[in-house]
Amino acid sequence: MKPVITTERLTKRFGDFVAASELTFEVDQGEIFGFLGANGAGKTTAMRMLCGLLAPSSGKATIAGFDIYEQTKEIKTKIGYMSQKFSLYDDITVSENIRFYAGIYGMSTKQIKAKTHELLEELQLESEAKTLVRELPLGWKQKLAFSVSIAHGPDIVFLDEPTGGVDPVTRRQFWDLIYSAADKGVTVFVTTHYMDEAEYCNRVSIMVDGVIAALDSPNNLKQQFAATNMEDVFYELARNAKRKGD
Amino acid sequence: MKQLIVFIKKEFLQVFRDKSTLLLLFGLPIAQIVLFGFALSNEIKDSKIVVADYAKDAVTAQIINKIASSKYFDIERTLQSADQLQTAFKKGAIKLAVIFPVNFAHDLEHTNKASIQIIADASDPNTATAVTAYMTQIINDYNMQLGRGAGLPLQIVPEVQMLYNPGLQGAPNFVPGVMALVLMLVCTMMTSVAIVKEKELGTMEVLLVSPFKPLYIIIAKLTPNLIISILNLFIILILSSIFLDLQVRGSILLLTIASTIFILTSLSIGLLLSIGANTQQGAMTNSLMGMMLPTLLLTGFMFPIENMPLALQWLSNIVPSRWYFIIVKKVMLKGLGFTSVWKEVLILASMCIFLFTISLRKFKIRLQ
Amino acid sequence: MIELNHIKKTYSKGLVTALKDISFSVNHGELFGLIGPDGAGKTTLFRILTTLLLADDGTATVNGLDVVNDYKQIRNCVGYMPGKFSLYQDLTVEENLHFFATIFGTTIKENYTLVKEIYQQIEPFKDRMAGKLSGGMKQKLGLCCALIHKPDVLFLDEPTTGVDVVSRREFWEMLRKLKKQGITILVSTPYMDEANLCDRIALIQKGEILSIDTLAKIIESFPKDLYAIKSANIFKLLQDVRSYPGVGSCFAFGDALHVTFNNSSDKDVIKYLHSKDHTDVSMKLITPSIEDCFIHLLSPSI
Repeated sequence: MKPVITTERLTKRFGDFVAASELTFEVDQGEIFGFLGANGAGKTTAMRMLCGLLAPSSGKATIAGFDIYEQTKEIKTKIGYMSQKFSLYDDITVSENIRFYAGIYGMSTKQIKAKTHELLEELQLESEAKTLVRELPLGWKQKLAFSVSIAHGPDIVFLDEPTGGVDPVTRRQFWDLIYSAADKGVTVFVTTHYMDEAEYCNRVSIMVDGVIAALDSPNNLKQQFAATNMEDVFYELARNAKRKGD
Repeated sequence: MKQLIVFIKKEFLQVFRDKSTLLLLFGLPIAQIVLFGFALSNEIKDSKIVVADYAKDAVTAQIINKIASSKYFDIERTLQSADQLQTAFKKGAIKLAVIFPVNFAHDLEHTNKASIQIIADASDPNTATAVTAYMTQIINDYNMQLGRGAGLPLQIVPEVQMLYNPGLQGAPNFVPGVMALVLMLVCTMMTSVAIVKEKELGTMEVLLVSPFKPLYIIIAKLTPNLIISILNLFIILILSSIFLDLQVRGSILLLTIASTIFILTSLSIGLLLSIGANTQQGAMTNSLMGMMLPTLLLTGFMFPIENMPLALQWLSNIVPSRWYFIIVKKVMLKGLGFTSVWKEVLILASMCIFLFTISLRKFKIRLQ
Repeated sequence: MIELNHIKKTYSKGLVTALKDISFSVNHGELFGLIGPDGAGKTTLFRILTTLLLADDGTATVNGLDVVNDYKQIRNCVGYMPGKFSLYQDLTVEENLHFFATIFGTTIKENYTLVKEIYQQIEPFKDRMAGKLSGGMKQKLGLCCALIHKPDVLFLDEPTTGVDVVSRREFWEMLRKLKKQGITILVSTPYMDEANLCDRIALIQKGEILSIDTLAKIIESFPKDLYAIKSANIFKLLQDVRSYPGVGSCFAFGDALHVTFNNSSDKDVIKYLHSKDHTDVSMKLITPSIEDCFIHLLSPSI
């Protein structure tokens, strides 16, 4: 396995405030990497740096082999992104959304057509192709958004709280999609507030006050903290965070 | 009552912390008036005029000398016939013509009264008003000199004639127009946005669930906007007096009262608009589309209403700014009193009461 | 304290059904949880009870007062924190609290004892704009604002959504203390694991109540034996177990699969998994979690 994300002492300061401090980690190809942290711990800042949206203050990082400072353009063709807040356009249809995103990534008309068909079939949404996205149930929307985010064949997909508010069955169906993507070699970088989802990850990092306080497989973390589940591990680590007010 | 005061205080805090809105609120009228003021003042120097002196006596020579020495005017040439005058105006070469009739000095001597004809090209109404005003002033100066010298009440009467645009649609109309437009837009937009903002934040739900009376919510939302709008009104008046040399001729109190009624009307419209909208963006679009167009088109300051198709004329009657525009013109420009505007004030006041009652009725004590 | 009788509500002229015939009651001093995913109808239910919405059909009372006719009295005695409640972003923490205290006709001083413990946690930031607070802090301030007039009933619509585990635990700790002061609390949440912090819960999905009871009783009513199966490769395990005949339901739960069988226990599954090259296979009987129950109630056929 080769690492597709490598960071070395990656740091972001806003004035005197160190939002993310000396992050050093690697994520392998096809790995499901859980990126957890308390509110205000610096998760969003770190994720934005990795997506090439925010220039780091210091440190090094490569994404899919591309440098995070110099090659943000190349990085953007190699990553997919999906968040709970923004995923699809509500006021156009399912197939129009797919066509739009595929078009953004420069796929040819023929490829787009094939991809649209493939996606709809995979999600069993053929009958809903002409439905406005706003009329879909939340769970379907999120599944569709995920599929769209990996439609252009990225090496890495960043998922920002993808399952917020989704019912337990759909949540698991969503994770089935994540597993099958990872199985095909896509690296999944995911944040979540559901601690049971942390257990589905190959490895988990937990950020507290701008630094990575723990990074290991869920099993090892549970052993290390003598906890029965990830929620207790998280609680143990984040309980004394100083940055709660921020 | 204390609750209401706290609510109003909160509204003010929010308005003053939102720098970009503040800029828009006060920047809009200031920018319009100042820009217009500059555009106007640049144009008046060395305006080309012609003089037709049919009298050719000592008095007209003196007056012509006086005009020639003014920095405002540049006498192009003297003309002999009315035909030449026509062509000069049609070419657009001159801004103004001064005509002395044949028996000028004779009339002045024997009847103590003589008239000068002043003809201005009013197709550019702003310039036309300005140049005629200067010309009249020069003649009045001369009048004073004469009066002192002879000890007799001699009088030279300037007869002003505006060519092409006798109603002088424009210059002074601009200020009442800006007042109507700015007040209408600011009031409706601020009110609807302020209420919809609470809906977006979810605070409206809490307010509705509280024992706080819905009427109070409305009053609290309207008060800061009312005060800001009146402030805006005075800024416009002061600016136009400084930059455009346009003072309020009539009663300021009357103007303020009429403006307040107009502001309240606009606030009620804003309230009505907010009921239909659920996002700040929606509220903004509603007030721009619903208010800006009718105000611009049907108020009468951009296009004279008399020239419109009947249907539009009829429609313009329900546009509040139309009536406000008439009131401001009458009070501010012509200096007329309440007796000549009471009809318009009454129409505006009934609109205000009508709209406010509807918006009160429509204001939901529940969500939809 | 709260009673609903056959409440129905539809939107868009009856095309979208938000609530289908909901009836339940909440006792005085109870901490009652309404648990379900987004779109289940939780917010609609809260709005009907807080007099903000009119139901299409059915009746409801809060504190013995009718939600339609006595809405004014109800508005005096309930505290409400809407789901999307985000306070005034451009007012400071203190200004927000002061504002809501006054709106509810009281002062911070008068009921300070009630909010003291919560407010002290955010007091260091009292001059900060509410918009600049973290999620957890905002929830606490929101709770203070909802409590400041000492309501008899507290309605909290998804107070912990999007908030991290630590803040969530602290928040529930506060709710337990409030309960001790005799305040009836109706709280909704999409997080199933918060069910064990409530006295009683109602599971809700697509406008229907799936079950109402104490957590223990709901778990007791789970009709089948539930097994946790583990192996080294969980994704492959999921596919293999699902393909095994006789498996009723199979869902990933953390690092294990929760599996039910159609015909009682089926130990042969282990052999089957070994034949599929799984290592570290283990299987044990477990007590269902609330999430298992919810999944079961969603699709009782499996």
